[in-house]
Amino acid sequence: MNVVRRMVQWNELIHPDRVHGSLYTDRSIFEAELQNIWYRTWVYVGHESEVPKANDYVVKSIGPQSVIMTRDEQGKVNLLLNRCSHRGNQVCSYERGNARSFTCPFHSWTFANDGRLVGYAFPDGYEGQDRMELALGRVTRVESYRGFVFGSFAADGPTLKEHLGGAAETIDRLVRTSPEGEVQITAGFLKHRVKANWKFILENECDGYHPAFVHTSIFGVADSMIGKLYGGASTALTRDYGNGHTEIDLRPEFRKRDLPMSWFGTSEERLPDYAARMKAAYGDTAAREIMIDGTPHVMIFPNLFIAEIQMFVIQPLGVDDSVQHVTALQFKGAPDLNRRLRQQTMGSVGPAGFLLADDSEMYERCHRGVLARNPEWVFLGRGEKRERRDELGFRIGHVTDEVPSRGIWAHYRKLMETA
Amino acid sequence: MLSRESSATLMSAVTAFLNREARLQDEHQYEAWERLWTDDGVYWVPANGANIDPEREMSIIYDNRSRIALRVRQLMTGKHFTQTPQSNLRRLVSNIELMDEQPGGDIAVASNSLIFESSLRDDTLWAARNEYRLRHVDGDLRMAYKKVVLVNNDKAIYTLSFLV
Ligand code: FES
Ligand SMILES: [Fe+2]
Repeated sequence: MNVVRRMVQWNELIHPDRVHGSLYTDRSIFEAELQNIWYRTWVYVGHESEVPKANDYVVKSIGPQSVIMTRDEQGKVNLLLNRCSHRGNQVCSYERGNARSFTCPFHSWTFANDGRLVGYAFPDGYEGQDRMELALGRVTRVESYRGFVFGSFAADGPTLKEHLGGAAETIDRLVRTSPEGEVQITAGFLKHRVKANWKFILENECDGYHPAFVHTSIFGVADSMIGKLYGGASTALTRDYGNGHTEIDLRPEFRKRDLPMSWFGTSEERLPDYAARMKAAYGDTAAREIMIDGTPHVMIFPNLFIAEIQMFVIQPLGVDDSVQHVTALQFKGAPDLNRRLRQQTMGSVGPAGFLLADDSEMYERCHRGVLARNPEWVFLGRGEKRERRDELGFRIGHVTDEVPSRGIWAHYRKLMETA
Repeated sequence: MLSRESSATLMSAVTAFLNREARLQDEHQYEAWERLWTDDGVYWVPANGANIDPEREMSIIYDNRSRIALRVRQLMTGKHFTQTPQSNLRRLVSNIELMDEQPGGDIAVASNSLIFESSLRDDTLWAARNEYRLRHVDGDLRMAYKKVVLVNNDKAIYTLSFLV
């Protein structure tokens, strides 16, 4: 079906310790990625808490495609494609709302929020037409894990649980930060656009080599403990969970400090209400452990990044055009923590963020850089010789090692080779 | 109600203030710009509309006075790479209006701005509606509040790392 797929020898472009620069810049490769990754594997779409009530909807995306996430009358979450089955007009033009149905503005066909066509304008002329065939398109499979809703356009393939594999545990680790065991996505998204290939963002999220340099301007003026986590002497780890999922595991450093809430640069004393609720929910010992370990820093392939206090969703629009949708994580039953999470998130991410403005600058410069023809390769060999395996068999390395990038590219190659 | 003369005097002082602020921003005079703020200043650039609740929803910038200082200090390090090299900027400020008086005697002002940014990435045009609360402090005007509503703040926007 896809000419590109037959022409590209992926093994020639992707080696264990280096990848070819054209993988970031070649338009036909981008098109092949849409087919083989974005329109086939599990992609994160939205969170159930964004549509809390019956008939709530919010417009999301899978790559360049607009997807309406609805909660229908029965309470079921649907992922519908924002495309009228008549002539293709977009049926929904607002980002969020509450609606039982969507009426297409072009010729007024009306669709229920579970996708069914419920009415045509001037119904004569449609004698014998089966309405069922003219429903809104749907994302083929929809599954959610602890409130995180994923979609896949492939009819078969691994289940979401299989796809998440070892990385599912990082989401478990995230939700237990709430005394009620739930994340809530309620603060609205910042949408930060970059002129860079999406894979530069994907790799950057678990690149523990750069923070000491790229973020030196903010670490130098804010008394932040983050810098040390990414230093040469850090005991933090990088981990490759397989299936493209990668992590920076900061727990060894937080456990050394042995101070509850130190992961967030605060203390139990400053969040007495939260600490009390955690102890009531989990018991003193478990609550203390959770508050020491903190939340994960995990990149769920290909587009969901949980960065301790915030969540990013990566959206590719073109080979050199991407959007980072970002919001503060909010934990059910933790109002005092949530307020700080929002403040910190607003400071650090988005177009004017103390951290992300500089990260984004790096992806954009990398993108322009790899347009150069020589050298052709991007080198990913840092720490290759000292990689080892953890007790569960996942590949790990020092926090500054390129274990995550190598894991991402090994998975990418598999997806691109198996059409 | 101000008399016609005193409102003309006020208008010209306000206009001079806004023009000066614009020049300091365009010319990256970060410390001089920071000195325009009162001690309780709030610098707000909302996202997703003009009237969101910044205490509940994400804003592009929602700085109290100490965070304004942090923003300036980061720019001053010379290692905030998104401003190394600095964007070349010129902005037009217009449609300056004195708005209804504020409780506490602050002067409410609104204006439009159109900013041309030339950076490593590309040339970008930014447009905004600005709302200020200005206050006389020791005979000078200062900003107690500045809200910048970018007209495209509901869309995905490029990095905005200069003083807007
Ligand atoms: S395109 Fe939607 S009704 Fe015609
Ligand atoms: Fe970074």
